[in-house]
Amino acid sequence: MKRTIPVLIASIAGLVLIIAHFVPPAQSWGDEVNTWFQILAAFAFFLGGGSLLKMHLKRISDQQEGWGFSAVTLLAFGITLIVGIFKLGVLPSETYPTKPWSGEYLGDGGALWWIYQYLFTPLNATMFALLAFFISSAAFRAFRAKNTEAMILLVTATIVLVGRTYAGAFLTEGFNPHWQLAAIIDEWFMSVFNTAGARAIKIGIALGVVSTSLKVLIGTDRSYLGSEE
Amino acid sequence: MKNRQYWRTWARAICLIGCLLVKNGSYVTFAQDMANIEPLSPPAPPSQVVAKDAPNDTGTSLVVMWVLSPDDRDEFLPRRVIGYDILRKTSESGEYVSVGEQTYQKNRFTDTKCERGKAYWYQVVAIGPSGERSEGVATPTPTGPEPQWIDGSRLWFGFELSIVCAAVLYYIGRANKGDHFTIRHIPGLDAVDEAVGRATEMGRPCLFVPGIQDINDIQTVAGVTILSRVAGLTAQYDAPLEVPTSRSLVMTTARETVQASYLAAGRPDAYREDNIYYLTDEQFGYVAGVTGSMMREKPAACFYFGAFYAESLILAETGNSIGAIQVAGTAESSQLPFFVAACDYTLIGEEFFAASAYLSKQPAQLGSLKGQDFGKLCGAGLIAIGCLLATTISISEFPMIKTALDYLKNNVLGDGGLLP
Repeated sequence: MKRTIPVLIASIAGLVLIIAHFVPPAQSWGDEVNTWFQILAAFAFFLGGGSLLKMHLKRISDQQEGWGFSAVTLLAFGITLIVGIFKLGVLPSETYPTKPWSGEYLGDGGALWWIYQYLFTPLNATMFALLAFFISSAAFRAFRAKNTEAMILLVTATIVLVGRTYAGAFLTEGFNPHWQLAAIIDEWFMSVFNTAGARAIKIGIALGVVSTSLKVLIGTDRSYLGSEE
Repeated sequence: MKNRQYWRTWARAICLIGCLLVKNGSYVTFAQDMANIEPLSPPAPPSQVVAKDAPNDTGTSLVVMWVLSPDDRDEFLPRRVIGYDILRKTSESGEYVSVGEQTYQKNRFTDTKCERGKAYWYQVVAIGPSGERSEGVATPTPTGPEPQWIDGSRLWFGFELSIVCAAVLYYIGRANKGDHFTIRHIPGLDAVDEAVGRATEMGRPCLFVPGIQDINDIQTVAGVTILSRVAGLTAQYDAPLEVPTSRSLVMTTARETVQASYLAAGRPDAYREDNIYYLTDEQFGYVAGVTGSMMREKPAACFYFGAFYAESLILAETGNSIGAIQVAGTAESSQLPFFVAACDYTLIGEEFFAASAYLSKQPAQLGSLKGQDFGKLCGAGLIAIGCLLATTISISEFPMIKTALDYLKNNVLGDGGLLP
C-alpha cells in the first residue's frame, strides 16, 4: 500500500497532463494538477526549512569544522525571514495609502528589496563569475592533445574559437576582404557537425524521456520510491 | 578687426542667397515653400478584414486577418504606416474598443480575451507615423470562438508518441513472457560500483547531487532512481552518503529512496536522515553550499545525476580539484560538454535514462530499452526519407517531391496538423 498509492497518484497526474496536452478543453485540468503540485511544494518547504535549521544548529552546537558558516547562514536566514514577513521598510501601496502593510513585499526601498539588490544579487553574480575561471581550467584539460580524439577536439575548438572572434576576420581577410573564411568554416562546423551530433543526442533523450515516463506511469519502474526488494 | 567684420558681412549675404531656391524658373523663399507643404494625410485603410476562430484552443481566441494597407510597403521610406489598431465590439450597436495593436507588414492578430458563446465584430485601422488614423474597416459578419476537442496541430506528435509507447509496452510484455534482451556495457554506470568502493577504501564520504530541478522533472526522477542504487552500495560497503538537495520535495523523496535502499541492504541502522538535507532553491546559493561542503569534507566519489544548468561546471571542477572520482549524467545537452571535460565518466542522453534498467537488470525494464530502439529505428527511417527527398529536390525540382518534403517538415515533424 505504501508504494501502490504513490504510483497511483503519479499515474493519474501523468495521464491528466497527457490528456491536457492533446485535448484543449482539458487544459484546465493540467493547470489544476500543476497547482496541486505547487501546493505540495509549498508545504514541503516547511520540511526543507526545518532540515536547514536542524542541520546548521547541530553544526553550531557540535562546534563542527566550519560552524561559523552555519552561524552566518542561520543569521541570514532569520533576518531575511523576519524582514520579508513583516515587510520592514515597505511603503504602503497607492491603493491603500493608510494601510502600512499594503505595499509589495519586494517593493522599491524596502529592507527586503535592499537585501536582494545589494547582497543577494552581487553574491549570485560572484558565484556565476567563477564559471569563467572554471571554463578556462576545464578547457585546458580537455584540449590537451594526448590522443587522436583530443587532437581533433583541439583543432576543431581552435577553428571555432578563431572564427568567432575578430582574430578570425583579421587572419583570413587576405584571402578576400569581403568573404570571411574563418567565419564560414566556423559556421560550417557548427551547423553541420555540431547540429548533427546535438540532434542525435536529443533524439536519444526524447526517447529516453518517453520510455522512463511510461514506466513511471504504468508502475514498471518504482525504483524512485526506493529499492524493489 | 575690420577684416573680420568684412567677412561676416559676406557670410550673411551668402546665407541670405542660400535661402532663395530656384523652383519652376521663379525664386521662392523657405517660408513660401513651407506654406506649400500639405498636412500629413492619413494612410490608406487596410482591406478584406475577416475574423475566424483560432484553431486548437479552448474557445477563447479569435484570429483577425486583413490585407495590408496599400501605403504599408517597404519601399515607402519614411514609412507611411507604422502599425494597425485592432478594435472590437460585442454588439451591433455597441462602440468599438481597442483590443490590441499590430506592427507594420503584419496582417494577423490573435485576440485571446474572448468568451465562449459571444459574438464579436472587429475593425482594423491603419496608423500613420504621426498617429494619423485611416478609415476603419470592419468585419462583414460577427464571429464567435469555438472550442476544439482535439488539438489538430499535435496529431502527428500524438501518433508518433503512440507508436513509441506501443513499442515499449510490446517489448515489456515480451520480456515478461521470458524473452531475453541484452544491453551493452555503459562504463559510466559500471563506474558507480568502483567509485563507491574507492570512497569506502579511502574512508571518505560519497556525494550525490540530484540536480537543481524539482521532482516533477523527469531528469530528477531518473537521478533519484540512480540514487537508489548508489544508496544500496553505500549501505553495503558502509560508506557515508551525502545528498544535498535544492528542492524540499526532492529531499523528502530522496530520504524515502535512501531509507528503502538501506532497509533492502539489511542496514537500516546505518541510514542517516540528516545526511540528506535541503540547502536552498537558489541556483548559485545551492552551488555555494555544495562546493563549500566538498572543499571541507572532500568526498572521494561525486555523482551528478539530474537536471543541471550553469552550475554543472562549477560543481564538476570543484570535485576535480579535490581529486574525487566523478560520474555525471544529464539530459541537458548544453551541459554535457562541461561534464565530459571535468568528470571521469558521463552518461550521455539516453544512457542516463537507461540507468534504471541497466542497474536493476529486470527483464521488463530491459524490454523498455528495446522499445526505445524501435523508436530510434523509426527516427532513422524518417531522417533517411527526409535526406532522400531533399537531395532529389536539389537535383531537380519535382513539385510533388517538394510537397512531400514540406509535409514531412511542417506536418509530420512540425505542428501543421494532418492536412497539408
